[in-house]
Amino acid sequence: MAMVRQANSVTVVGQRPAVGTGSVRLAGVSKVFGRGASAVKALDQISLEVPPGEFTCLIGASGCGKSTLLSLVAGLEQPTVGEVSASGRVALMFQEPALFPWLTAAGNIELALRARGVGRAERRQRTAELLETVNLSGFGGKRPHELSGGMRQRVALARALAQDADVLLMDEPFGALDAMTRDLLHDELDRVCAGRQLTILFVTHNVQEAVRLGDRVVVLSSRPGRVVEEFAVRIERPRRIDSAPVAELAAQITDRLREEMSHAAR
Amino acid sequence: MPPGDDPTSRPAYAERLAWLESLDAETPPEQRGHRLLNRGWAGLWPMVLAIAIVLAVWEVIAASGWKKLIFPAPGPTLANLWDQLGTGELWHAIGVTGLRALIGFALAVVIGSVIGALVSRIPPLRAGIGSLITGLQTLPSIAWFPFAIILFGITTTTILFVIILGAAPSIANGLIAGVDYTPPLLLRAGKMMGLRRLSLYRYLILPASLPAFVAGLRQGWAFAWRSLMAGELLVTIAGQPSLGVLLSTDQAQADMESATAIIIVILILGIIVHTLFGMADKAIRRRWGLTGNI
Repeated sequence: MAMVRQANSVTVVGQRPAVGTGSVRLAGVSKVFGRGASAVKALDQISLEVPPGEFTCLIGASGCGKSTLLSLVAGLEQPTVGEVSASGRVALMFQEPALFPWLTAAGNIELALRARGVGRAERRQRTAELLETVNLSGFGGKRPHELSGGMRQRVALARALAQDADVLLMDEPFGALDAMTRDLLHDELDRVCAGRQLTILFVTHNVQEAVRLGDRVVVLSSRPGRVVEEFAVRIERPRRIDSAPVAELAAQITDRLREEMSHAAR
Repeated sequence: MPPGDDPTSRPAYAERLAWLESLDAETPPEQRGHRLLNRGWAGLWPMVLAIAIVLAVWEVIAASGWKKLIFPAPGPTLANLWDQLGTGELWHAIGVTGLRALIGFALAVVIGSVIGALVSRIPPLRAGIGSLITGLQTLPSIAWFPFAIILFGITTTTILFVIILGAAPSIANGLIAGVDYTPPLLLRAGKMMGLRRLSLYRYLILPASLPAFVAGLRQGWAFAWRSLMAGELLVTIAGQPSLGVLLSTDQAQADMESATAIIIVILILGIIVHTLFGMADKAIRRRWGLTGNI
């Protein structure tokens, strides 16, 4: 792939502004599904705090209750024990784009604005801006099935941003994409975040991705999910997923995950 | 890292984006046009073949001399149809029958939709009326005629009543199924966006149930059309020469050629409406990307 190098394109992605308005707090949260003998404990005594403006990645093997945790923060489910609070407006992005197939890309974004009561003229303008933000200016009139997987996920990102959220919850949003597209969307997310004061809780099972994106990586154990360890990511931005510092920290975290999995297997 | 090497800078980023997207290139438009043309002919020739086979078999039976003098031959029957198309009477009858079909089906759509919407939204109604609707759907609506004739007499109301009872349950069931099968993921997404109650219904559940609703309409139409034909044969109203009346007259006069010609007309009308529903269904599927080809 030919990459054009332009000396004048100085990056705008520096240190993210530390002040945001949204934050997330979980205090002693447990979640049990079902009752009696068939009860399954998905989360066990989780305490976690995401300060305003921080990008936190949650990582763990499948079945560690990552998605459940996000549902709790989103208010789609209630904790069995403990307290969940999120200040500010919360938006949630799924692994699937979850776009409405009867609406165009622009229509999907506009609906999120309409649900917030934004007026028609402003809706149109904001939709155009958001499409521009995710580099899809020419694609507003396309329906979801006419777009590629990466494009659909970018529309979903624009739709989440349209909700004017302070807290953005992301449930393996790039998990279904190929490595090339995922890499691109990491950059996209960096760029989008740089201009906003977003607090992000990002769930993934990809360690490199977590280190590439996060300010902090929280490792969860499996069945039931517990916080095992936290890693602060002190790697300067912009980052590359294949750079040495990212790989080094990722290896360290992977070791910790393996250790946790062998515990669980015993 | 030198600033020019930064992969997140806009120009380099746009470059990579363009490259990735070029991999998903669409079919060129002219090729698509060709495909449409081909599909037109591909859809047409089996139909022509089917008609030819039917005519051939018909001709063979007529030529074999089975029920001679009574059984109509294709040639005279089609000639009879041609003659009738030249007179005002057949067209008038098509008008009367068509209008009844239209009014009856429209009422069934309104009533079926209202019942479907209520039942899908209110759980207690759901348990009781839900199964009743399914029961009504399997009940041949012709069974209602004695009841309706005693209630309304030999009137158009009787016919419309039976059409509605025939079609409305299918339409209600279509809507209920559509509401039930709204994908949970979309519901979650809608709720996260802040859609609640009425807005959730209007912007998410109703559009999501459109394909199932159209399927219900299609089935409802088939029931309405059958009920109407049965009704017109049983309830012949003076001064309103419907297709049913023409058929009854043919029966009374033992005019086989005319009777067969009218059946052909009824068949063609049914096929036309069915095709319209089919086109609506296809259009929705295409818009939603539910078909294999674009």
